[in-house]
Parts: sequence; structure tokens; C-alpha cells
Amino acid sequence: MVIAVLVPALLFANIYVMIILLLSQLPLLLVGKVARRWALSLRAGVFLSALIFVVNLFTGSYLSAIALTLRFLVLLTSFSLFFMTTSPDDLGLALDRIGAIRWLSRRWLGYPNALSFTFTTAVRLVPTLAVDAQTVVDAQRSRGLELDKGNLLKRVRNYIPILIPLLLIAIRRSLELAEALESRGFPGKEGRTSLFQLKFRPVDYAIIALSVVAIAGSFWVFFHYKIPVL
Amino acid sequence: MAHAPREIIIAKNLGFQYVGARKAAIQGIDLSIRENEFILLTGPSGCGKTSLCRCLNGLIPNFYQGEWTGELLVDGLSVTTQLTSELSRKVGYVFQNPENQLFALTVEKDIAFGPENLGLSRQEIRQRVDEAMNVTGTLPLKDLAPYELSGGQQQRVALAGVLAMKPSVIVLDEPTSFLDPRTAEEIMRATDDLRRELGLTIVVVEHRLDLVSRYAERIIVMDGGKIVADGDLEETLDEKFDLLQGLGVGVPRVSLLWTMLRRDGLVSGKVPTHLESAAASLQGMMNQ
Amino acid sequence: MITLDRVSYTYRSGQRALTDIDLNLEGGDFIAIMGENGAGKTTLAKHLNGLLKPSQGRVLVDGEDTRKASVAKLSRKVGLVFQNPDHLLFSETVRDEVAFGLKNFGFAPDVVDKQVERTLEALGLSEYTDTSPFLLSGGERKRVALAAILATEPDYLILDEPTIGQDYQQKERLRNFILQLYSQGKAVVMITHDVEFVAESNPKVILLSQGRIVARGPADSVLSKDELVKKASLVRPQMSRLFSELTNYGFPSDVIDVHRARLLLEEKLSEAKVRVAQNS
Repeated sequence: MVIAVLVPALLFANIYVMIILLLSQLPLLLVGKVARRWALSLRAGVFLSALIFVVNLFTGSYLSAIALTLRFLVLLTSFSLFFMTTSPDDLGLALDRIGAIRWLSRRWLGYPNALSFTFTTAVRLVPTLAVDAQTVVDAQRSRGLELDKGNLLKRVRNYIPILIPLLLIAIRRSLELAEALESRGFPGKEGRTSLFQLKFRPVDYAIIALSVVAIAGSFWVFFHYKIPVL
Repeated sequence: MAHAPREIIIAKNLGFQYVGARKAAIQGIDLSIRENEFILLTGPSGCGKTSLCRCLNGLIPNFYQGEWTGELLVDGLSVTTQLTSELSRKVGYVFQNPENQLFALTVEKDIAFGPENLGLSRQEIRQRVDEAMNVTGTLPLKDLAPYELSGGQQQRVALAGVLAMKPSVIVLDEPTSFLDPRTAEEIMRATDDLRRELGLTIVVVEHRLDLVSRYAERIIVMDGGKIVADGDLEETLDEKFDLLQGLGVGVPRVSLLWTMLRRDGLVSGKVPTHLESAAASLQGMMNQ
Repeated sequence: MITLDRVSYTYRSGQRALTDIDLNLEGGDFIAIMGENGAGKTTLAKHLNGLLKPSQGRVLVDGEDTRKASVAKLSRKVGLVFQNPDHLLFSETVRDEVAFGLKNFGFAPDVVDKQVERTLEALGLSEYTDTSPFLLSGGERKRVALAAILATEPDYLILDEPTIGQDYQQKERLRNFILQLYSQGKAVVMITHDVEFVAESNPKVILLSQGRIVARGPADSVLSKDELVKKASLVRPQMSRLFSELTNYGFPSDVIDVHRARLLLEEKLSEAKVRVAQNS
């Protein structure tokens, strides 16, 4: 479904199109209960949006600047929506079933489920490492490290006492986890079963159908009409 | 006449030196452990306890590289010829840090991880997960994320994950280090309960003997990579007390007390290993 | 002196971590802060060097309000040793590691060198001066982290769970070291749930439960009370539990230490012996 939004967003530079795409995602945000977090991610994107706007103002018309900024917001929303509503586990299960990934995984790492597992584990460890990062910052500040003082060079060097422990902690954690997982039989032989499975529900089919129509429609319009910016 | 339980762990001249290490982590280990025993493995830091445990489930030599000497048979499998994934069916390992052994998004998925790796049918996995949760009291936690749990709950979930593999031996390497004393005692009691209920063989590594002395019948003491004492807990504490003290082993407080009083000739009889037997013995002495 | 004056702290998420904490710390004090996981012990510790500022109330370090001072400045007087040494270690050698704090505080190079040498010797780490801290064992890394904080000679030392994973000998060494420190006039605060270690070290105990102080007093009076100990998810020391079984012999109820237990029992048992001899 992300693709359904992506394709028209990238194909067209029309302001109305962008606004429609943006608005069409709003109900999805509400359904996925992620409206608040989306608002936060928008805040994070303000700087970049402003940059895009200003740059395009100089290279094109102000209308195109608006359109392209809107396009950025549409893409941002789309990706945010995807990642905020999909749990890493479901993502892993999905990746696990994609034949191409299984084949790649078998060739690189020896086991079909290794690649998708690597991805999902990395995602799971992010919040844990975030906590570790805060602890390292606290610990080094307690030794007199001041992160907000000094010229640019000094400030960059000040991050060494933060990054090195964090890196090592991440490595240690991974090793301990690997040990624990191996002790429970990972990666197992070829026939690894999952207790849970992704099931396709009617809603999913409907969305897929709609997306296919939207994508096909976008391409058709693109090749047959010239849509100006406004 | 009852049959002696079968030997489930047999080590002959077992030794291992990690790659790049100056000396062997363990050497000359001869060991015979019988089914359903509760073994306390202890010794000063660096004595090789953890290395020995790693041999039991195959982490050594599969995960940790180095030089292996001697033989080790666990529930009929030779450790050197089997992968850790095979040995995981026989030996479960509970680690010291509760956080770093759990990783899934929910408790239920984490416990299912082990059996999933075994390629069992979905039905079988479901059954094992439910059993494991029931027997460890973790059913109410099943939809929570591991990081939302307390340390004690995490260790219970780790135990459940291990039990779902249906092993015959469980090794617990300082499982209560990060837990508060109350939870530590609960975990130890739960471990012993599981041993009785499921006929498991338990090996616990612990510095603080007070926590385990109520349940362990046998103690194995290591120092410098070798076994320096191996026998009945009561007898070893009685006869080899000075050796243990000298090694810096955290002998049970009540045993220490009794030994001091016995040295002064104020009490006589075997050294008690835990609270209840100490109280009984002291009451006996006072009533005379 | 460090004073906590009706300190309360609420996380940004709205969760209350500390409520109405009143506390005084001076040189020569040896205090153990105990409580269940999540009781607020580490949160309290972070208030002492300004890492966290109170939501209500105030924290004064030698008269200075922590809300007005930087963590760097407060860390010159208040040394906080974190539980996991791996959160601190990053240098190529142990020497560099221990010198880090000294350099941050602006000490002259020759002073830095001298202090590093002194501290390493005091903690028995001299042989590792030029070793990489990452090659050391867990216990040794813990000592390096301790050395790194001690090198700047803070007046107040706070240790977060210093006994976890340590064997008995290592704990003995730690106990002796703490004894040295507070008899030299420093204040030592230990966050711990190691009941037996506390029973043998006899500090003043502050019991924290759900963000509040529920008890404070000498170790033997606090740790021998079942209701208090239960609240903090602790257990009474072995000696206390043993003596609960022997109450009808007239023993006091606040015994927690092996040595005192021995003396009391020696007395009673000798009396019993004499009585037996007299009756026969």
C-alpha cells in the first residue's frame, strides 16, 4: 500500500495530487492509532521540509516548491505509517516468506531464516540500546564530561567516550543474546516452523486490489496526460 | 533394592583452553552426575565454573573456539560430535543476565522460540508453550513484552523457554545475581520444585551458598580450572570447611557459626547446611 | 554535607519515582540504600550529583543547589560509580581511563600522573596500568571503574550495586576498602540489595519502597524487622532468621551479624555446660 502512495507521489508534481494523497492517509493514521507519533515525526521533518522549500524556490517556481515540499511530507507520512503500524515480528514473518530473501540468506549466511531474523533482532534491540546510550551519557557526565562545551572539533571528540562504550555494549549484548539463542537450538535445521503466521484477511485483499488499481491508474495518466504543477 | 539413577553426565579428563588464553580454563575434569541430582557448582571467580557449564550444552566447543581435551557425554550424546542445536534438546541453559536472553516481542513468542527451532509441528509447539507457561507460572505474562517484566519474571520466562525444549538437564549460571533476595529465593525454590516434578537434573552455579544449600545435595568446588572438592553437601561442609573458607567460597552463615562454636567445644555434631537444620541442631544443644 | 529537602521526582511520562525524600549525608557516614527493584534507589542516587533535578524540593551539595550547578561541577565532590563498568570504559589503557576524570577537571599533568599511580596502587591494579581495560575480567573492570571515580578524590562516594557477581573474597576486599574510605572522613553511600553484605558491614540503612523512605536506622534494627524487610522485597539476614527460631532462649531480636551471634551463643552454651556439670 505504501507503494500505491509512493508511485503517484513520485510520478506527479501537482499540488492537488499531493494534498489528496496527504489527506487520504489521515484516516489511516487514526485507524492505526499513530496520529500523535506522526505529528511528532512531522515536527522532526520541519527542518528538512523548509530546506526543500527554500532550495526549490531558487531553482524553480514557488508553486513547484510547494508541491515538492508536500511530496516530501507525503512520503514521510507514508513511511512513518508503515513502520509505526507494522510490528518488527510481523515484518520478520513477512520477510521470512519472501523467497528471494530466503535464497539470499541461505547463500550468505547458511540458513534461510537468518537474514530476516537479523533484521528483526536489530529492530528489537534499538530501544534497549537507547537506554544504554542514556546510561553511558550519564556515566561519563558523572566523570566531568561536558558535551555542550567547546569548539566543533572538541565536541566531536567528546563523543568518543560515548560511542566506544556503547559500541562495546552493543557487541556484548549481541554475543550474549547469540549464546542464549544458540542454547535454544537456533538456527535449527531447514524445517523451522513458526507458531504464528501472517494471515490474509479480506481487508488485506481489498487494499491490495485498490493499490493495484491506483498504481496502474497513475502510470496510465502519466503516460497519457501532461499534468502541470497547479 | 532400588536401582541407582543412571549417569546422565560423564566427563573424563575434560579440559579446554580458549583461543589466545595463556592457560587452560578447565583441566583434568572427571565427573559423574546422576539423573535428578541437584548440584551446586561453586568456587572463586575465574575458577572455570562457567567454562564447565558451557561444555555441558555445547557452547564449548561450538560457540567458543579453543583446544578441547578429554570426553564429555551428556544424556548419551558426545558433546564434541554434536551441534549446540542438538544438545539443546538435552541441556537447557539459564544465564546470569535476565535481560539478554529474552528478545521476542511477547513472552509467548519468546518461549515458543526454542521449540520452533526444533521444527516441530505447530500443534506440538503450542502444547509445549502452554505446558511451560503453566508449570512456571508465567501464563498471566504471556502477552507482555520481556522488557516490561521484572528481573524475577524474566528469569521465570527464561526457565519456561528452556523447559519448552524438554531437556533432561538444566544448567543455571548465577541466575539470581541481578535479582533481589526475595525473588532469588523464589527462583531457587521454583527450580527445585521443577526438578522434583519433572525429574530434571539441575546444576546451579552460585557464589552465595545460603541461597542453594537448602536444595542442593551435592557440591562441586572448583579452583584454578580443576575440581578440588566433590561430594555430599553436608559432608563436604563438615570435613572440608577450612578448604572452602580458604578459597573464599561464601559458605552458609549458619555453617560458619556452627564451625566456630564447635572449635570452641561448645557444640558437637555435623555442620548444618541451612537454616532449619541449624535451628534444630542449636535447639538440641541448648536443651541438653 | 549533602541535604535532600523534601525531594520528589516525577518522570516525564508522569510516573512518580520519588516522594518526599529527606536525607542528610556527611563525611564519615556509611549508608546503605536498600529496596526492591524499581523502588527509586538509582533515581535517588542520580539526584546526588545533579544528573536529575528534583521536581519538587531541593538538593544541596555543600550548600549549593543542584539545579543551579552543572553535573561536571558537582561531580568534583560527588563520585557516582555506576553498576555496570562497561558503561564507563573506553580508553586504550587503564592509566588513560583513570586519568580521564582528572583531565576533565583540569588538573595539571604531573598531578594527574601521581593521582593515577596512587589510586591504582590503592586498588591493587598497578600491574594493569598499561593494559587495555577490555582485556580484564569482570571483577577487575569493576575495580578500574571504581578507580576512575576515586582518582579525583570526591568527598562523597556513591556505589550502585557494587557486590553483584563478586565472589566472597572480592566482597571482603570491597568491605575493607569502604571502611578505609569512611574512616578517612568521606561519605560512602552504597545502593544494594545484598542483605548479607550489609549485615556484615553494619552501615546505617535507609529502606526505600515505591519511592518513599519507609525505614531508616542501624542495620541491625532495620533488617531484623520482618514487615519492613518484606516491603522492600528483601529477606532478613540468615542470623536474624536463625535467632527467630531461638527466641525462647532469651536472645535479643536484632542479631544480624555472625560474630555477635557467636558471642551470644557462646555465653548461653557455656552457661548450659556449667549447669550440666553442676547437675551431674
